[in-house]
Amino acid sequence: MSNGSGKGKEQWGSQLGVIMAVAGSAVGLGNFLRFPGQAAQNGGGAFMLPYFAALIFLGIPMCWAEWTMGRYGGIKGFNSAPGIFLAIWPHKLARYFGALALLIPLVIYMYYVLIEAWCLGYAYDYLVGNFDKIEPTVAAYSNHFNEFVGNNANGFLYEGGNNSLITMLLIVFILNFTLIYRGISRGIEKFCNVAMPIMALCAICVLIRVLTLGTPDPAKPENNLINGLGSMWNPNTEYLWKPDTWLAAAGQIFFSISAGFGIIINYASYLKKKDDVALSSLTACGVNEFFEVCLGGLITLPAAFIFLGTSATLMGTFGLGFNALPNVFAMMPAGRLFGFIWFFMLFLAAITSSLSMLQPVIAFFEEGLGLRRHASVTFLGLVAALGTGFVLYFSKGMVALDTFDFWVGTFLIYVLAMFQTVLYGWIFGIERGEEELHAGAHIRVPRVLQYVLKYVSPIYLFAIFGAFCYQSLGGRVKSILDDSVTSAATLFILVVFAFLLLLTHIAGRRWEREGRLPSR
Amino acid sequence: MTTAGWAIMIVSVGSVLVLAAFCLVRVLTLPPAEVSEHFKAPLDIDTGDTRNAD
Repeated sequence: MSNGSGKGKEQWGSQLGVIMAVAGSAVGLGNFLRFPGQAAQNGGGAFMLPYFAALIFLGIPMCWAEWTMGRYGGIKGFNSAPGIFLAIWPHKLARYFGALALLIPLVIYMYYVLIEAWCLGYAYDYLVGNFDKIEPTVAAYSNHFNEFVGNNANGFLYEGGNNSLITMLLIVFILNFTLIYRGISRGIEKFCNVAMPIMALCAICVLIRVLTLGTPDPAKPENNLINGLGSMWNPNTEYLWKPDTWLAAAGQIFFSISAGFGIIINYASYLKKKDDVALSSLTACGVNEFFEVCLGGLITLPAAFIFLGTSATLMGTFGLGFNALPNVFAMMPAGRLFGFIWFFMLFLAAITSSLSMLQPVIAFFEEGLGLRRHASVTFLGLVAALGTGFVLYFSKGMVALDTFDFWVGTFLIYVLAMFQTVLYGWIFGIERGEEELHAGAHIRVPRVLQYVLKYVSPIYLFAIFGAFCYQSLGGRVKSILDDSVTSAATLFILVVFAFLLLLTHIAGRRWEREGRLPSR
Repeated sequence: MTTAGWAIMIVSVGSVLVLAAFCLVRVLTLPPAEVSEHFKAPLDIDTGDTRNAD
């Protein structure tokens, strides 16, 4: 295996391997915790209409576009977004947009690895029986959660005696970087091939438990399984006339499938010229939807409703996952076992996602700066540890985490996704796009998809982004000016971005010198 | 749970199951990848020693 520059090039070991890796990247906490909450708060079953519309017109087409551009860039000898964008659009601006595709996974990793450590910590607590000591009320679990994540004071987790989260964090950090160091085929692919079936098995175990709960408390006959399913699926059609419902549905699809993260484009670049992208992309989307609709939609909210009633439908992602569900497991027969299975599954879902956030940056350090694997892993480890340490220190009210999540994990993802959609539809071109998509394809994608990608997806995306900015931007800008932690977190993001822009500039000069860039 | 709720749940879960199952079956039943592109047939290899023979 070799690339144009003569260096050994990494490749996926099998087609199923790359599908599992991309699906693993997409399946995360959002599938099990965010999706049910969004559905319940936006019309229940009625939410599924805008949800599937967004999947068909935004999610699946964007994934096809990213897979196609990623493989194309890989054939041209690039695995990092700055290089791939340059291969498609030989303009200096392209590589700086590529820096966005490095910033997004890197900064998301900085706080996502922390949430991963929460899941591992909860799984461990269930395993050794620590949760048996907590009074089974939402308030008690909320107190435990606040103490565990340092929600009450900044710097709390750095004080002596509060280091259980730091221990978990060290474990997941080491695990992530060990797997990344082993590379695409021997690290990420092997791990995802094992982790994805285990995740599905764990989720099915919990699903069977939930679907056989019946009416656990005879004193509250209304809190039963059928009503629990109703809390998730009964449609309230009034919500279909609210723009917020359509915005929430598109946002859920968009974040769930990992489009615009800079990850799919990197993973697809390790494919060979004749490897299929059309079926692989659709399969990864299908697997992600299976975890979200079939498992997340049937487990989380019905289980919470059966034990906690209608109040469960109003909880946010973290409230539902880390306060309500432990309370549910405490009241459920064999709850300790199912609590362990549930949080271990969430931990696996999180680690398959966090691995995918490291690889795009590693690829850039190696091909852009010429670093060898051990140097690039060490360098990335230091940068990531700095950001995670920042979020860990400013833990009060999760302000730093929330700021990172809003500006990078939401706002910039929209920006990158819009750029990629325009890049595919208007620069790469739908004629070339269709030809590339079908090279080695095992399914035929209708031609109308190309027109969807050129016209419908960008308009859909720009409309959602406009509504999102109108709804959220004012308050967020104000909080930067008013709150010192928010402004420090925003400054941190800007410094990391400036650093990546500089590195991208250096990489571009290097590629020019080596004659690797296509002529304009 | 209302009738509409049942219908939406069954259609949503069913359609996702069909999509995922169709794709996975197609992927898992594909013929093994060809490895011939990595090798050259003996007649394609130009060893240079047949030029100007005789």
